[in-house]
This record gives sequence, structure tokens and C-alpha cells, in this order.
Amino acid sequence: MSSLALERAVEARAVIRRAGWRWTLRQLFRKRTALIGGAVVLFLIVCALWAPDFVPYDPFKVNTLNRLKPPSAAHWLGTDELGRDLLSRVLIGARFFVLVCLISVSIAASVGVFLGLIAGSGPSWLDVAVMRVIDVMLAFPYILLTLAIIAILGPSLWMAMISVGIAGIPGYARLVRGEVLAVKQEEYVEAMRALGAGPAAIMVRAILPNVASSIIIYMSFQMPLAVLAAAALSFLGLGAQPPLPEWGAMLVNARTFLRTAWWTSAAPGLAIFVSILALNLLGNALRDVLDPKSK
Amino acid sequence: MNAAIDLDADALIKVERLSAHFPVKSGFFGRPSAWIRAVDEVSLAIRKRETLGLVGESGCGKSTLGRTILALRRANGGSVHFEEKSVLDLPPEDLKALRRHMQLVFQDPFASLNPRETVGRAVRTALDLHKIGTARERTDAVSEIFRQVGLHPALMDRFPHEFSGGQRQRVGIARAIVLRPKFLVCDEPVSALDVSIQAQILNLLKDLQQQLGLTYLFISHNLAIVEHMADRVAVMYYGRIVEIARRDELYARPRHPYTKALFAAVPIPNPRQRTLDIQMRGDPPDPTRMPSGCRFRNRCPYAMDRCAQEEPALIEMAPDHRVACWLDS
Repeated sequence: MSSLALERAVEARAVIRRAGWRWTLRQLFRKRTALIGGAVVLFLIVCALWAPDFVPYDPFKVNTLNRLKPPSAAHWLGTDELGRDLLSRVLIGARFFVLVCLISVSIAASVGVFLGLIAGSGPSWLDVAVMRVIDVMLAFPYILLTLAIIAILGPSLWMAMISVGIAGIPGYARLVRGEVLAVKQEEYVEAMRALGAGPAAIMVRAILPNVASSIIIYMSFQMPLAVLAAAALSFLGLGAQPPLPEWGAMLVNARTFLRTAWWTSAAPGLAIFVSILALNLLGNALRDVLDPKSK
Repeated sequence: MNAAIDLDADALIKVERLSAHFPVKSGFFGRPSAWIRAVDEVSLAIRKRETLGLVGESGCGKSTLGRTILALRRANGGSVHFEEKSVLDLPPEDLKALRRHMQLVFQDPFASLNPRETVGRAVRTALDLHKIGTARERTDAVSEIFRQVGLHPALMDRFPHEFSGGQRQRVGIARAIVLRPKFLVCDEPVSALDVSIQAQILNLLKDLQQQLGLTYLFISHNLAIVEHMADRVAVMYYGRIVEIARRDELYARPRHPYTKALFAAVPIPNPRQRTLDIQMRGDPPDPTRMPSGCRFRNRCPYAMDRCAQEEPALIEMAPDHRVACWLDS
């Protein structure tokens, strides 16, 4: 048991020094949790891209004769209050899941990383200015912040994704600033300065490569939170609007039938549960591989 | 080295009244409440192709002096001249050009190499930054340098963690000399290495000095290593040079009580041989509150009234032998 732990620790440490991304990936998929998580995420991406080609029914087709039917051979996950096939709707809904992951996380990461870099490496007045704004954003609870941004932008799926993205900025900025400040103290940065490297060269060659793994780990942990937040916004009616088969929005409709037709809420609920579990498994495995400090 | 030559005539590096202070932040809003004078009005010259050893206890400002001379940290006063050219307050472009001529070898070969960069790339970075040669020529230059420091060129594509401490230090030296500098600050280059490796690295540094005509500022707390390496030796005590002389002169006839105490502290592996009978009293001073006058007086067995009142200047007591002590004047 302890030898296994030691072996894994040694592995992780070797990887972070090794720096080869291909090798990192190979290490990652030697872990079973990463394989399971990765398979589910891959399936979700396939659904997002090609679900309309293979879903059994039209997810928007109303069939009042077939409403609130429990799971059966014809409808594996049953039908909702308008007789729409839940399996088809859940599969199509993967599209929104992937969209939220991509858009919210890329907004949060790109702006947050940029702010963190300029705060960590720029002049001290810039650091103070950026970090005070970040502190103000952090003073609001996450959901409250997304609600406030939605209130400004107006409710729609796109605005929900943007607001979730904006609400994620402070986390990245703080993480990256701290990492940059730490890496800046390293002797190899001083060695580059001694060679005549300017701030840009030091940023690209020394700081970014050493901060990258932290950013990737943080992204993998933020992704499920972003998905949940977007689903929560849809649930509150501030994100995806019916009849879009977004999972959060589907849950809202199903709420009414919780006692009479449990499958209507179970289908999108399970979809959220499984997809977030998959992201977390992947994130955990990634952290184990990339971050020797977690051991 | 000829003792008769004028100190300034043959100097590659001239340091005059150089100061470097560290703020000690403890006040409200991070306002510095006190300053540590890590380097306090230090003047010295380093002659072409010589090795100036710089010794002193931990925290006395040796490394800070080295880095301030290289303009890697801001000076709080004074000047540094490299071949008659002022080093401090240069515009960035001129400073970059000057960096080709002055380089640094670090103490810790583990911390001074980027873990995410191959060692070949680490060495090559210097050539990239200064746009020297074509891509092909740069690769050739790096393998040439690798050979010169005793590493096989095939090792270029490896990452630092795949090397031993001694090999890493060779990479650090390769990085420092790839630009063909004239002046090298060696900041305790072997103190992080196994004793068995130290001699190899020291001899490598000596050979390179011969081949490339290098001038060294060799920082160390190890008197034996400095004796092996240096032509002249400067002794530093809390920001000040207290004694500077040719190596043989200093090791045979140390004049400052602190220098004597340093030698007395070196254990001699012979129980019958008596060491110099001088011992320091008390503890190292608080660097934010140095004693008045001579800063060594609290620990000096010979302290006089005058030592508390005036700070002794570094005065030439014998040919090429300067001492800052009232006892000697």
C-alpha cells in the first residue's frame, strides 16, 4: 500500500519535471478513474457534435398521446409532460453541457490568467488595482455574482454562460498571480535576467511553462462548477429557456411531476450527476499526475 | 600577479562606494521600518584575468555584492565600471549588450535551471536572446560548449532532473560562458555539491579561466576553496570589506581581527598544532542595528574606545594589502 503511494508520488514528481505533455497524457490514462471520466466526457462531446444523427426521436416533437410515460422499450428514459422522448432530449442536452464547459471556462481562464499575469509581473500599482477589483468580485457569493451579472445582461443561455465565465475570473486571477510571484523568485528566472532576457522572454520561456500545469488542474476543477452554475441558472429560469433541452431547464419543468412521474426529473438529474462525476474523476487524476504537492 | 601594479590601471571591474539596502517591511501598509545595509559603500577593483575571492560568513552581503555588480539588483548608491563603462543606470538595450560580457554561476544547480526546459535549450537561450548566429550555428555552439564543460552533446535534449548535481552545475557554467563573457561572478559554485564533485568543478572553472581569459569574482565561505582558487582575497563583514590582499599575503599574515578569527575557526586536523589564539565574542549583530563606529567592535577582542566612535577606513598597510582596523594604523 505504502509502496504504491510512494510509486505514485515518484511518478508525479518525475512528470512535473519531465515536462512532456505526451508523457503526461500517457500517465494520466494509466489511471482507471481517468479512463472512466475521459470516456464519459468523450461520449458527451460525441453527443454534442452528432446527437441529432442518432437520437431515436425528435427531441422537440410533441406527442400528447404519449405524455408522462414511464421508461419502456420504446422510450428508455420515458417521456415528459408533452410526450417528448427524454433520452433524445438528454442526449441533445449534452450540447449545452459542452458549450458551457467551453465558453464559460475559456472566458474565465483567458481573462483570469491574463489578469493574474499582469498583476503578478507588472508594476505594484497595477497589481494593487487588479487585485482590489478581484477582491470585490470575490466578496460576492459565486451564485449571487452570476445572478447579478445576469440581471445586467438579461436572461438567456448565452448570457448565463458569459456570466458564469465572468464569475470564474477571480479564481484564476488569484491562482495565477500567486504562482507567478512564486516562480519570479526562482533562480532560473534570475539566470535569464542575467543573460539579458526582457520581461516578455521571461514570461514566455520561464513563467508560463511553470504556471501552466496549475492552470490546467484548476480548469479541470472549475469546469464542473461552471456546469452546475449554468444548470442552476437555467433552473432559476435565467439561463436556457424552454423548449431548449438544457438539463437544468428540463429539471425545472420536471419539478411539477416529481411525485407522479419521477423519471422526468431523474433523466436530466442523472445526466448532470454523471457528467459532473466524470469531470471530477478526470480532474482528480490530472491533479495526481501533474501536481506532486497533492501527495 | 605583480604586486607593484597600480590597483586601478589593470582593472576590469571597478566598484566605488557601492551600496545595496534591503527594506525590512513591518510597518503599516508595508512601509519599510528599517533597512539592512547588505552592501555598505564597498569599493574594490578586480583586475583582468585574476580571481578575486570574496569570503565572509553567511548573510554578510557577499551574494548581494555580486548581484549588484552585475546590475541584477538595484544599487542604493555608488558606481560600478566595467572596462571604464558605467554599469548601473544603463538603458535596457545597453545593459542587455553589456550582459554578454558579465555572467553569473549560481550556487544551487537545482534551483537555477528551469525544470521545464531541456538543458540544451537553457544554454541556447542566451544565443537566442542576443541573436547570435543562425539556428544551425547556435546548435553547434551549444554542443561545442557542452564539450568544453565536460558534458556529452547528446545530453542536450535531457531535462535538468535527469542530471546529477555536478552535471547540473556544468550546465550552469555552460550557460554562463556560452556568450563568451569576460567576467564571471561565481556565487558559491560548489557549496551545494558533494565534496567529491567539488574539486572537478573547481578545476573546470580554473581551466576555463585559462582557456577563455576569464576574470572571476569568486564568492565562498570556504577558506580552503578560496585559497585554491583566488589570486587576491577580500574579506567581507556585514556589508563592508574589512581586509583585501593578495592570497598568499592574507593567508600568511591576516591583519584584521575578523580575518584572524575566521582562520582560527577553521579546524586543523592535527591536535598538536595550535590555532591562532583569537576568538570572536558574542553573537552576530542585528543587521538592522549595526554598532556605531567599527561594526566588528562588539565581537572584537581588541576593541578600543576609538572603535565605537569612528569607523576605520580601508587603508593600504602593506603593498597591495588593505585593512580597515584602528589597531593597525
